[in-house]
Amino acid sequence: MGSLFFLDQIPNLMSNYPHIFRYLRPDLADWQGQKIVQAANRQLGLKTGEIRLVQLFSLAEEAQEEQLLAFAEACIQDPLTDQIEINQLNWPAGFSSAVAIAQLPGVTDDEGRSAQMAWADFFNLPFEPEEQRIFSQTIYLIEKELTAKELKALAQRLLGNPLIHHFSYFKALEGGFDRPFYVPKVQIQANKERQLIDLAPLSDEELLRLSKEMVLALNLAEMQAIRDYYGSEAVQTFRATKGLPAQPTDCELEVLAQTWSEHCKHKEFNALIHYKNLATGEEQEIHSLFKTFIKGATDNVAASLAEKGNDWLVKVFSDNAGVVKATDKHLFVWKVETHNSPSALDPYGGAITGILGNNRDPLGTGVGGAQLLFNTNVLCFGPPNYSKALLKGQLHPRQIMEGVVSGIEDGGNKSGVPTVNGSIVFDERYSGKPLVYCGTGGIMPYDYLGKNSWEKPIDANDRIIMAGGRVGKDGIHGATFSSIEIDEHSPMSAVQIGSPITQKMLYDFMRVATAQGLIKCSTDNGAGGLSSSVGELAEISGGALVQLEKVPLKYAGLRPWEIFVSESQERMTLVVETEKWPALEKLAQQYEVELSDIGYFTNDGYLDIRYEEEQIALLSMQFLHEGVPQKEMWAEWEKPKLQEPALPESLDYNQLLLALMSSLNICSRESIIRQYDHEVKGKTILKPLMGAKGKAPQDAAVLRFDFSDYQGVAVSNGIIPRYGDIDAYQMSASAFDEALRQIISVGGRLPNMTENDDVFWSINDNFCVPDSEFHPEHNPDGKLKLAKLVQMCQALYDMASFFDIPLTSGKDSMKNDFKAEGQKISVPPTILYSFTAKMKDVRQAISSDFKVAGDLIYQVGTTYNELGASEFYQLFGELGANVPKVRKEAAKALYLKVMQANEAKLITSSHDLSDGGLAVALAESCFGGDLGANIQLDQLGDLTAWQLLFSESNSRFLVSIAPQNQAAFEEIMGDAAFFLGQVSEDQQLTIQLGQEELVQLSNEQLEMAWSQTLSL
Amino acid sequence: MVQVLVLTGFGINCEEETAAAYQLAGAQAHIHHFNEVLLEGHNIHQYQLIHFPGGFSFGDDLASGKVMANKIRYKQLPNGNSLLDELKIFLNNGHFIMGICNGFQMLVRLGLLPNTRLSFAQQSSLLPNLSSQYEDRWVYCKVNPNSESPFLKGINIIPLPVRHGEGRLLFGDETLKQIVRTKALNCLSYCLENGDSATEYPANPNGSELSCAGLCDPTGQVFGLMPHPEAFLSFYNHPNWPKMKRQNPQLSDEGWGLKFFKNIVQHIQAN
Repeated sequence: MGSLFFLDQIPNLMSNYPHIFRYLRPDLADWQGQKIVQAANRQLGLKTGEIRLVQLFSLAEEAQEEQLLAFAEACIQDPLTDQIEINQLNWPAGFSSAVAIAQLPGVTDDEGRSAQMAWADFFNLPFEPEEQRIFSQTIYLIEKELTAKELKALAQRLLGNPLIHHFSYFKALEGGFDRPFYVPKVQIQANKERQLIDLAPLSDEELLRLSKEMVLALNLAEMQAIRDYYGSEAVQTFRATKGLPAQPTDCELEVLAQTWSEHCKHKEFNALIHYKNLATGEEQEIHSLFKTFIKGATDNVAASLAEKGNDWLVKVFSDNAGVVKATDKHLFVWKVETHNSPSALDPYGGAITGILGNNRDPLGTGVGGAQLLFNTNVLCFGPPNYSKALLKGQLHPRQIMEGVVSGIEDGGNKSGVPTVNGSIVFDERYSGKPLVYCGTGGIMPYDYLGKNSWEKPIDANDRIIMAGGRVGKDGIHGATFSSIEIDEHSPMSAVQIGSPITQKMLYDFMRVATAQGLIKCSTDNGAGGLSSSVGELAEISGGALVQLEKVPLKYAGLRPWEIFVSESQERMTLVVETEKWPALEKLAQQYEVELSDIGYFTNDGYLDIRYEEEQIALLSMQFLHEGVPQKEMWAEWEKPKLQEPALPESLDYNQLLLALMSSLNICSRESIIRQYDHEVKGKTILKPLMGAKGKAPQDAAVLRFDFSDYQGVAVSNGIIPRYGDIDAYQMSASAFDEALRQIISVGGRLPNMTENDDVFWSINDNFCVPDSEFHPEHNPDGKLKLAKLVQMCQALYDMASFFDIPLTSGKDSMKNDFKAEGQKISVPPTILYSFTAKMKDVRQAISSDFKVAGDLIYQVGTTYNELGASEFYQLFGELGANVPKVRKEAAKALYLKVMQANEAKLITSSHDLSDGGLAVALAESCFGGDLGANIQLDQLGDLTAWQLLFSESNSRFLVSIAPQNQAAFEEIMGDAAFFLGQVSEDQQLTIQLGQEELVQLSNEQLEMAWSQTLSL
Repeated sequence: MVQVLVLTGFGINCEEETAAAYQLAGAQAHIHHFNEVLLEGHNIHQYQLIHFPGGFSFGDDLASGKVMANKIRYKQLPNGNSLLDELKIFLNNGHFIMGICNGFQMLVRLGLLPNTRLSFAQQSSLLPNLSSQYEDRWVYCKVNPNSESPFLKGINIIPLPVRHGEGRLLFGDETLKQIVRTKALNCLSYCLENGDSATEYPANPNGSELSCAGLCDPTGQVFGLMPHPEAFLSFYNHPNWPKMKRQNPQLSDEGWGLKFFKNIVQHIQAN
């Protein structure tokens, strides 16, 4: 920070650093504090009295008091609303307790860093990326005297998280602020020497213990493969000629573990699986789920597209995101990731790094520099009113939900990327580990100064440039950690906080640098850090040499291997031609992005890692990427014995519909949606909530690509894990159909219907499953879980191949179990399909709300007696047996008719039928449009009232049309559309079957029930 | 052609749609990083309008727009002036400044708004919303009938999205509030659909005093607002467009938010 500090006098951790205290003028209400008061009462049953906040900025160097005061008055204090104190804070009258919450050393502290920027500007010091010297923390003053236990609960459950925060507690009676405030300056000493690990003498048991102790997450076969590799004569000879020790170095083991991690190598999706269907007796050997079903399906689709001359599929599976042709100017880039384990430990940090990390995937696809168009998020939580005792290390589902939502809010909003589509699923089985899916779509030009944007060319001698944030101990072992279940001993360093502004600056820089042709190609630094990014890029050229001492650090004291595998956020790895380096460096200075030249690519077949003169690692690229032994797993499917429930004779449909509207999986998400910016960039056409009052939930989001025309993209998602309790195949097929029909509902068109159709579709599949590896004691039902996974993949294959809809990228997350105190909470096998599809003219998009009284209402598609695992049965605590099936041939025929009707502009509202069935869709279309409906169910077929109202059969829509279009509409639809009634002015939903009135509810009643369950 | 400078960088994120707005309004918009001006002496006096777009400069750390305002006030340009000094000269030359959302927050913290004494000292402030949370929702705004702001000509009531966490405008004292009213500097305020003043949440989305959504300075050259007209460049940005279009298929594709930009570009052209 320049000459104002005495750099050689570094005080101790708990010393009296210069402090600036800032707080709101006492006569102004502290609304933030009041919100905490309410939350403490609601969530913890604590009566805290008033709470007020004080912000503390501590300088980790000495500064003169007058400088401090001048700076604080100019840069920290708001002249109208704030008061400041320098160095000393007197205990304020009227408060009995206080807690000060600081970040732990090394945890991102953006507020402190921004204060540091303000300092540099105020004193006109040049910007230099450097160690953090101003630290921020918040002091919460509490009116009531809380017990130590209460104070701790408030601090650690509501205000902070012990994994990333330091807590200091104060009481008025005990002398107020009698101790110096904690300042999280990092002070660590580390041994820079490489260590050697001798595997040769280790027994199987010892190998496994070593794997666990080093958090390598490698199994016995893998540990043996490494031991045997190092023991082989060829390797021994080679290492001797290079002057290397015979034993692996710590860095080599770490790099192997990271590269071979489930996260990076997808060992279970590439395993040999012995699958047995006990119901049919069928047995099958599957060599890689990924190759057989996912890539297999896309290969089928690609062939089918090629037959009709449709050439929009550009790049699948081989890069950070899938790439398709969107318009004659743009490619469309699409990626969905999960960030489950970190979100279980620190929900805010997990979610924000999830969304920011996922943003870097499109940004690092091909050459890089894609323009980010939108984010999506799909979340699976335990119920917010979870009442079971929490296990050690388990966070309450409500705390997880609030943290994750804030993380997505900050991650998206502060990056200026609109969050346009999402979903939340509640199920008690997500109470241990939540699922946090983050998606990002972007557009890229076809070329940068004549070079294809989607390609990744790398040649020997190209420079390796690290761009963005500095490296610290954060996120070490993230890749390996995500491949094991969470337990009480999960490593703290796996938790990290993202800095959206650091990344935004990097993003701005990347866009300009790629446009100017200064970057040859790029990739992101995510799981596995440099080890992963450089290791993977080096596959292209055939090797790399990295000098780790050139990597800029957040603080001293990292071991070389830690530098290489650290997952410190907001970093990209750039491939740069030597002659472009000066121009790139100059541009980076203007954008205040730190670049470091850390080595170069080679073609000698080795990953060569050095720290100064010392060889830290020398790994054969071939062994690194192909040496991992194939896994072998066993799956057995047994059909569950289930039956349909007996329901009460008489049902009150008004009450049942209201109960459904307020149920967790159906109720309004408005309180969450409104915290996300869903329209920054000005391109969002169908938003999550539409209509005059902004209450109409939509089936899919629609965006335009730019301001010059109206071409765009529709975005939807399908996820329905509870169907898997009955049938995993139909669960996966139903989720696929759900996302697909939502696109059709808003006006999308199926692909490959004609030659040169120019209608891209791009899907990401994301599997999140519990540990599916059989173990007689630890995982006795592992074979059944794996069988479910196999069936989910089979459904994916069948659906994608049939509809010519390609998977272009995706991710699997395999060990979603939370273990503590001898108990295990496992997620249900879950698949999310994230769909994107071309909209030729976004002005033709169809929204879900009814538009005008007098319009005619139809159900399109057939209802079956399919309430197995439905929300309706859930009201009775029943599962049932008749799970909704997908009849894909009928579905396709139907979608073609809907497309034809849309082509003729006949449909004025369309809402897909899903959770809660027809009745819920009717309610949403009514209050969404501020209109009512008079409905007669008689035409729908020979089913009971509750089946017609609440069945969740797939491939159905609720549509309305203008009366003058009746003949044209019915002619197109034939027997696929069932007339239900008319839109009415009266804001009442009336539903009849024969002469019986089933439902008579006002919009106000429906909306009230719908909107009051979930408040954040 | 009217030349517009759209400043960006450090977490500002609405530069693209803002530039599109001026282009659609008939001006030529140039997006430049703040550092091109601050470090490299990019000349702001070649423009007739400087726009401070929305976003999250420095993540709203310290307070929204504060670190950026601080840079503008204190950081020395290559010529020794601060950017604020240059902006004063720019205004003296009769040019215009507009700020939206985070840009508005900067203008308020810099004292460019409401600037009743033309002293460029901060007179008002923006606090966290009364709801204590960031919100994206559409609201109605109405133009003060006494305002002569060239940005607002021909606008009466207009729906616009607000997307912010710190939009609660506070005037500090009654005298200032009185002057602001007398001079009609509170040129834009939150209202109900029928134009009645919005006193309560969510029609007044943040709890601003005077339900104030936007301010201008006494010269009329500086204008800023919390809502986002640049996010309403197309009619299809409106959340109720499908119904409005059904009821009136003749409605133009042009977004109503474009009016602000057309107004000022035409005003500059005419003078």
